[in-house]
Amino acid sequence: MLKVTNVRKSFGDLEILKGVDLDVNQGDVAAILGPSGSGKTTLLRCVNFLEQADQGTMVFDGESFEMGRVSRKDIARIRKKTAFVFQGYNLFLNKTALQNVTEGLIVARKMPKDQALEIARRALDKVGMGDRTDHYPSQLSGGQQQRVAIARALATEPEIIFFDEPTSALDPELIGEVLAVMRRLAEEGMTMLVVTHEMNFARTVSNKVIFMEHGLIVEQGDSREFFANPREERTRAFLRTVSGYAGRE
Amino acid sequence: MIDQGLLELLADSFTKILLPGLTVTVPLTVISFSLAMIIAVAAALVQFANIRGLKQLARFYIWVVRGTPLLVQLFTVFYGLPSLGVVINPFPAAVLVFSVNEGAYAAEIIRAALESVPGGQMEAGYCVGMSYLQIIRRIVLPQALRTAFPSLSNSLISMLKDTSLASVITLPEMLMATRRIVARTYEALALYLEVGLVYLLFCTVITKLQKWGEGKLNSYGRQKG
Repeated sequence: MLKVTNVRKSFGDLEILKGVDLDVNQGDVAAILGPSGSGKTTLLRCVNFLEQADQGTMVFDGESFEMGRVSRKDIARIRKKTAFVFQGYNLFLNKTALQNVTEGLIVARKMPKDQALEIARRALDKVGMGDRTDHYPSQLSGGQQQRVAIARALATEPEIIFFDEPTSALDPELIGEVLAVMRRLAEEGMTMLVVTHEMNFARTVSNKVIFMEHGLIVEQGDSREFFANPREERTRAFLRTVSGYAGRE
Repeated sequence: MIDQGLLELLADSFTKILLPGLTVTVPLTVISFSLAMIIAVAAALVQFANIRGLKQLARFYIWVVRGTPLLVQLFTVFYGLPSLGVVINPFPAAVLVFSVNEGAYAAEIIRAALESVPGGQMEAGYCVGMSYLQIIRRIVLPQALRTAFPSLSNSLISMLKDTSLASVITLPEMLMATRRIVARTYEALALYLEVGLVYLLFCTVITKLQKWGEGKLNSYGRQKG
């Protein structure tokens, strides 16, 4: 459903992505792992055009796009079929939880207000925030904000949701509630591409793992296979260093 | 000692000062400040959005207006322009100068406030499918105006007092009215103290309004850590 080939991106002289290929099928939960600075967040941002890649081809929903010179119109069209969950939540600070969810429906998609409110309430219920609809982001904990952000993503019925380290900004005791919501989405068949440091999530929820280092994909494949029998030495070294994180959830 | 005659004079002149305050000073301030806000939002947005041409125009406008005295601007418009055949009455001339002048200062306040809105707000807007203008209008500008509100209230207070300068272009506002009474009665100290008190009264009202407004705007509070 989403396939990118040979994505390259430099910031000045610094080459962050050195030709990355990625293939996500419908219903996949793909985890992108890798040490800091490996380019995984940049990859995710390029795929949703928050950064413009220098080069690369994207096939999404049967259409092909040149990532280096895609038109603004095409970007807008692609974004209406995708959703993005940020590390820092990025809820609209001047809107309530409910308004955060309806904004993209009423304003961007011109949906009638009644219908948008109904969808938004259902989405907030789903992430366990149905009793906080009138709270502003500043009145919510990090975990609650991130769950509203997930509701906001869900409400637009995207074909794929991108998650950029969705639990990295959270206090340890709040990580579980967000991962639980993501786990439920995965079980319902939502297609997700997740940059994460949560090894437990990658191992138990995702069916596909992409391991990146220095702007390249070192290894990718079936998640069980990846954790049980990593092919590359660098992968094994990485898994050893993060093994301390395993079991945290 | 304050004698009976002076007390009567003060009581009598109070309405004579308050009336031009309500009919000239307050309308001049309200109209000029409203126009200034429109100018300021426009001048701030073209800079924030980096619109070539308009951005340079805004910079030039702010540079000229902030770099010249308000009094000189008043003289130029009221006494200077007639030599070009442009004659403007005192009130519209004052509105023109005060709104253009305040617009430049407020533009800088609003531009700074726009830039203080976290970049993630913009990105989140894009990701839910909103257009640039929709995000600016519904997300970024409301947050920026919330940030700018205390500074803008400050500007409003300054402007109210600065309207006293319009007495030099024959506008019958509060200071002008006071000077006329002083010219008749020679009670300079008492009467200037009195008009000062009326200005203080007006500014107190603005301060109360500011407090009320901030309370309203505070409902969504501030982002934690």
